[in-house]
Amino acid sequence: MLIPHPLLGLRDAEEFVYLGDASLMQRPDPDSPTALTDFCDYVFLRDNPAGVHRELWFHEQGDRSWLVVTRNTLTHEILGAELATDAARPTVTQEPSA
Amino acid sequence: MTRITGGLIDRGTSLSFTFDGKTYSGHPGDTLASALLANGVRLMGRSFKYHRPRGVFAAGSEEPNAMVELREGARREPNTRATVAELYEGLVAKSQNRVGPLSCDVLAVNDVLSPFFAAGFYYKTFMWPRAFWEKLYEPVIRRAAGLGQLSMQADPDDYDSGFLHCDLLVIGGGAAGLAAALTAGRAGARVLLADEDFRLGGRLLSERDPLGGIPAVDWIAGLEAELDSLPNVRILRRTTVFGAYDHGIYGAVERVADHLKTPGAQVRQSLWRITAKRTVLAAGATERHIPFADNDRPGIMLAGAMRSYANRWAVTPQAHAADPVAIFTNNDDGHRTALDLMAQDVPVLGVIDTRSDAPKLGDYTLFPDATVTGSKGRLGLTQIQITRAGQSTWVDCAALGVSGGWNPNVHLTSHHRGRLVWDAATQSFLPGPGGPEGMHVAGAAAGRGQTGLALADGAKAAVAALAQIGMSASLPELPAPEATADILTLYWHVPSKKRAWVDFQNDVTVKDIALAHQENMRPVEHLKRWTTLGMATDQGKTANVTALAVMAELSGKSIPETGTTIFRPPYTGVAISTLGGGDSGDSFRPRRLTPTHSWAAARGAVFTEVGAWMRAQYYPQTGETHWRQTVDREAKAVRAGVGLCDVTTLGKIDVQGADATTFLNRVYANMMGTLKVGRVRYGLMLREDGFLYDDGTCARLAEDHYVVTTTTGNAGLVYRNLEFARQCMWPELDVHLISTTDAWAQLAVAGPNARSLLSRIVDDFDLSNDAFPFMACSTLTICNGLRARLFRISFSGELAYELAVPARYGNAVMQRLAEQGADLGVTPYGIEALSVLRIEKGHAAGAELNGQTTADMIGLGMMVSRKKDSIGAVMSRRDGLAQDSRRMVGLQPVEPTHTVTPGAHLFAQGDPQDMAHDQGWITSACYSPHVGSSIGLGFLLQGDNRMGEIVIAANPLAGETTQLRIVPSHFVDPEGERLRA
Repeated sequence: MLIPHPLLGLRDAEEFVYLGDASLMQRPDPDSPTALTDFCDYVFLRDNPAGVHRELWFHEQGDRSWLVVTRNTLTHEILGAELATDAARPTVTQEPSA
Repeated sequence: MTRITGGLIDRGTSLSFTFDGKTYSGHPGDTLASALLANGVRLMGRSFKYHRPRGVFAAGSEEPNAMVELREGARREPNTRATVAELYEGLVAKSQNRVGPLSCDVLAVNDVLSPFFAAGFYYKTFMWPRAFWEKLYEPVIRRAAGLGQLSMQADPDDYDSGFLHCDLLVIGGGAAGLAAALTAGRAGARVLLADEDFRLGGRLLSERDPLGGIPAVDWIAGLEAELDSLPNVRILRRTTVFGAYDHGIYGAVERVADHLKTPGAQVRQSLWRITAKRTVLAAGATERHIPFADNDRPGIMLAGAMRSYANRWAVTPQAHAADPVAIFTNNDDGHRTALDLMAQDVPVLGVIDTRSDAPKLGDYTLFPDATVTGSKGRLGLTQIQITRAGQSTWVDCAALGVSGGWNPNVHLTSHHRGRLVWDAATQSFLPGPGGPEGMHVAGAAAGRGQTGLALADGAKAAVAALAQIGMSASLPELPAPEATADILTLYWHVPSKKRAWVDFQNDVTVKDIALAHQENMRPVEHLKRWTTLGMATDQGKTANVTALAVMAELSGKSIPETGTTIFRPPYTGVAISTLGGGDSGDSFRPRRLTPTHSWAAARGAVFTEVGAWMRAQYYPQTGETHWRQTVDREAKAVRAGVGLCDVTTLGKIDVQGADATTFLNRVYANMMGTLKVGRVRYGLMLREDGFLYDDGTCARLAEDHYVVTTTTGNAGLVYRNLEFARQCMWPELDVHLISTTDAWAQLAVAGPNARSLLSRIVDDFDLSNDAFPFMACSTLTICNGLRARLFRISFSGELAYELAVPARYGNAVMQRLAEQGADLGVTPYGIEALSVLRIEKGHAAGAELNGQTTADMIGLGMMVSRKKDSIGAVMSRRDGLAQDSRRMVGLQPVEPTHTVTPGAHLFAQGDPQDMAHDQGWITSACYSPHVGSSIGLGFLLQGDNRMGEIVIAANPLAGETTQLRIVPSHFVDPEGERLRA
């Protein structure tokens, strides 16, 4: 497979380490009253969709960036890839100019 | 001898080879199969199940019968198809799957017993008694039914792997492939042309038709010369593209030196990973046969193959030149073989055509509306039975060519689950939707096999493929030989009460398919598994379509309704050595050497693998006869004087940034936020599920600069996880990480004389206990200006330091320390002594941090801070972990001469030794020169409350039990006075 690295272009999947579901980026609030249950779900439960899947890949043999890759698990079609740092940051909505 | 005139062989040179010990002669350009036929050898092997005599059936990689053991000794290579084994001087081949001589195989008795060996006989016959399977049935079956034998020796040859990139990959060097490569090559595209044969041309090499007014070989030579002259075109001969993978990646094996007796300085084969923007599949087609009674004798072969042998290799499969040859066909192409043979003065007794309106294309006897219904000849064909309108006649016949039409080689289009579609016009399966993206199929592989069609098709496919990647190409001028009408009337098999083979290699007959149908194994996938059809090494290339057509006929369904199996990689078998691509032995993975490796090697160190690292295990001295003597000496020397150990392999991660402190507080379970500049703290990392992950030290060199160490084994993983935390969870933090494991050599200087030794190399640095106490760290210079970092940390429990210098100075600094410490008893020690020292001190290491243990279990539960959140903190408090009462303890044998065995499980005295009463296990053990006996560490239920109790260590594997006393895990200096000295 070839992963379209947002900075480095198409890179062979062999350069990457696969982690899994991108939901791992949403670490639960440790101070929530339901923290223990939330962490249980976070650590142990994953969706395993047959189809489009957002997942984490680490460019270990490359620039060491974590990517969020959107891949169709049925066809292996890659629909997109972005830096995890971009995906993790809350979206900044631009204020309308006056 | 049945060599005829013509052919693409170099008659000026003779090559000598042996088959089953007999010496024969052939020519360059021959395959083993053509050379054997030229020498009148028709019997080449025995079949898998019935041990039927078999000869060559095809002329290419689809060959099911003529399989041999090629080469000798460690290079012996079983199941090699004689049809693709290129002849070389001194080639040695043996027939296989026989007991006794090939002509008189004892196991041919299986053929007589065939009624007992019908489809599914394994499943039915060997069910009882159950115990007989492993001891009796399986060994006997494995002996009787089989193919060639492995050499059982290591492969002596080298293999390699590499990457290739191109705009257009052309798979197949026949008419369509050559046209595609020429078109794309002229357009300036980067082209790879891969062909499995040793000579370009594909099917063109097997035909007599001229191209563009000149012989086809000359036309090919001209084209090849042009392709060779184009710097953007690379031709890979002897290269099979065996699989299509995701995103335009193809696997290919290049047989670099298979055509030589030994590879010499070359690799034997290369594994290529080809990344292609677009692909033209021009893999040609494979001829079908028509099963009839006893259709498997040597001398019966595909009509197209017979034509290849005659035209390309100038041989015929008769035993003698005067013996008559016949053709059995359902299409016009079969007649071409008859015409080509007649042109070479081979006696053709006639063409038997299943069609009532069969055309007569030449001066031969035509048997229209007729079939072949039987054959005779024990080791080779002597007679065939021709049946027409119910009348059967036996006629002498030495060789029979069979043609049932052609199956496009669509295999690679299926590798992404592309579905094949039955095409009524060509009466064949053609590539359907869902094939590999970017693949264009051309020529015979797309059902357009006639030379003129294939040439034009290949060129068009290249233009279309390049257009998709924004390159324009124009159609070259190509010869356009006139298309001939090629009418095929489907005719799948000649019904018979006798056996008619469909899959030759696995001995599957029409009867077996009928039996599968009768037993309701009707879906194609069931049929395949019940009969083993298509599951031999040839993967049923000559059998599959015929078999499902027979099944369709039996079930009264159409062929598309019956469906087809999906082809999967590899197209032809690939050797494991090749897939390894040379990554074996020392090249299996990179080997990492520590900065002091050469220094240690010069001192006679014994090395051991730790992950990818080679580390000094111990340093034997003259007179030491056992490793324990050496290790005891080293451990004692550290406790008495000073020792030196390279600890570079521990992972080092540089953490910098305004938010570095916040970041470390979140990744370490214990409090790091309060660490002062110039101090080091021991740190525990948990996994998010609450279990212990890794331990190490965290040194604060400056306000915004930390150096974190990890265990050797987890260095890469911890770095990966810290980057995950930084990038995926807390990207808002101003912090950056870099792995500096390889940048700094780190040396442990441990023992009561450590300070004295270090004081001799530091530049004006106060090492006194007040100025640089336990757990201090600093940057400094040593040896007159070499920048260094010093950490006062101790794994051994002694007064100890770890000194870091830029990696390239590691060896020199080690040498300097050894020289300077001669009067202080300086002793280099390896990781065995390191391990003894840490067990004596009760420090947890890899065996204790095994992913199933918690901070509580190693007695450090208090370190997991409740004042802040950190990775794993929440889950570490869940009931299952918090209530685990197993604790790390020290273990000492009651009888001092007894040994503590790691891995042994612990039981209370008097308890039965079973799972229900298991109380824990021993993680680490060693002989302690300090204690004077074997000691160990382990986890035990309520261990912290059982000091002094005697428990039983059971090692059922060795049948041993040992009485052990529970003691504190600190065998040395429990108060920690030495390391603070």
